[in-house]
Amino acid sequence: MDTLNILLMGFISIVIINNLVFTKFLGICPYLGVSGRIDMAFGMGLAVTFVVTLSGTLTWLIDHLILLGTPLEVTRYVCFILVIAGAVQLVEMYLRKFFPTLYESFGIFLPLITTNCAILGLCLFINLWGIDNLLEAVVLSFGAGIGFTMAICIMAGIRENLNLADVPKPLKGAPITLITAGLLALAFMGFAGMISPS
Amino acid sequence: MANEPQSSAGLYKQTLIAGLWRENPVLRLLLGMCPTLAVTTAVKPALTMGLSVIFVLLCSNIVVSLMRKLLKPHLRILMFTLTIATFVTIADLFLKAFAARMSETLGPYVPLIIVNCIIICRAETCASKNTLVVSTIDALGMGVGFTFTLCVLAGIREILSTGAVWEVKVLPPAFVPWAAMGMPVGAFITLGLLLGLVNAVSKKKI
Repeated sequence: MDTLNILLMGFISIVIINNLVFTKFLGICPYLGVSGRIDMAFGMGLAVTFVVTLSGTLTWLIDHLILLGTPLEVTRYVCFILVIAGAVQLVEMYLRKFFPTLYESFGIFLPLITTNCAILGLCLFINLWGIDNLLEAVVLSFGAGIGFTMAICIMAGIRENLNLADVPKPLKGAPITLITAGLLALAFMGFAGMISPS
Repeated sequence: MANEPQSSAGLYKQTLIAGLWRENPVLRLLLGMCPTLAVTTAVKPALTMGLSVIFVLLCSNIVVSLMRKLLKPHLRILMFTLTIATFVTIADLFLKAFAARMSETLGPYVPLIIVNCIIICRAETCASKNTLVVSTIDALGMGVGFTFTLCVLAGIREILSTGAVWEVKVLPPAFVPWAAMGMPVGAFITLGLLLGLVNAVSKKKI
């Protein structure tokens, strides 16, 4: 019961309170690039969720089974990025085979998931927070993906409406998106302290 | 402009200037947003971040440019990331050894240089197609442009959130600090307004 509680808290905290996009500034590039339409944003979110869950788990395993405590620790970043690149390659091949239209519409943004800061960032945060339980690492990775999907879908919804708004000319495009993201971050700050830090 | 190359060929100069303003990585190409937003709470971490990025960008551009004839198209991105990850590890270990407190402040954002889009973008669009000299100059221009933007943004945020620059008080004590500027909200909104300002200024020139 206690473990379940910890897992649930961890999940809620990574999705809402420590949302990677709004509080850690991770994954801003695809956030600005893809979040124009809800369906694309959702597809992107799912792809990222899959990759982040897979690579979060794998990097935790590599870190704890091989690297920790040995001189090989200096190669941590190289190992992490290799795992992520492999996972992205997998998603790319799968999408190209089974969802060609979605694959076409992602274009360059799909291989760029490799360089999505949210994924490497999460692997590093798991390492930094000293998570020493495989189950917790899996739940946190999955939660990070869900949090990213949520953020990018909220943004896409707002941006679809923003197209109809009368935005001052110099602020059109990226600037107004950033300002909107700022206001969203302000809203998400309201969740801070919902769970007292343990 | 201390980095101006000896040879005054127009191409070199143009490449250098491009990174500083016309193709400024943050303000024009919208690359490398994550570190831009995350480390700009104060000028000191911003400058450290900028210098680390210059180092990694320079090294990776040189190496990629040297091996550009050996690159296979489908393994390209992987080779770039591995090269970059190696140099980032060096920078990270260096910071941990010689600037432990700064390294702690920056936290995971130093290893996150690996996935900084600026470096991959320059490797892809410049270093893998151009000679060593052009790639080096491009790295310098882009790196300095990035650092400069980071420092401007950090300056604005630091002065409004604490009334200080480089941890030295500049505003009178009567100034009420805007706590929000030091938070994620301030980062997003300041960068958004800065981008808008740059758009407005460059429109006027044309």
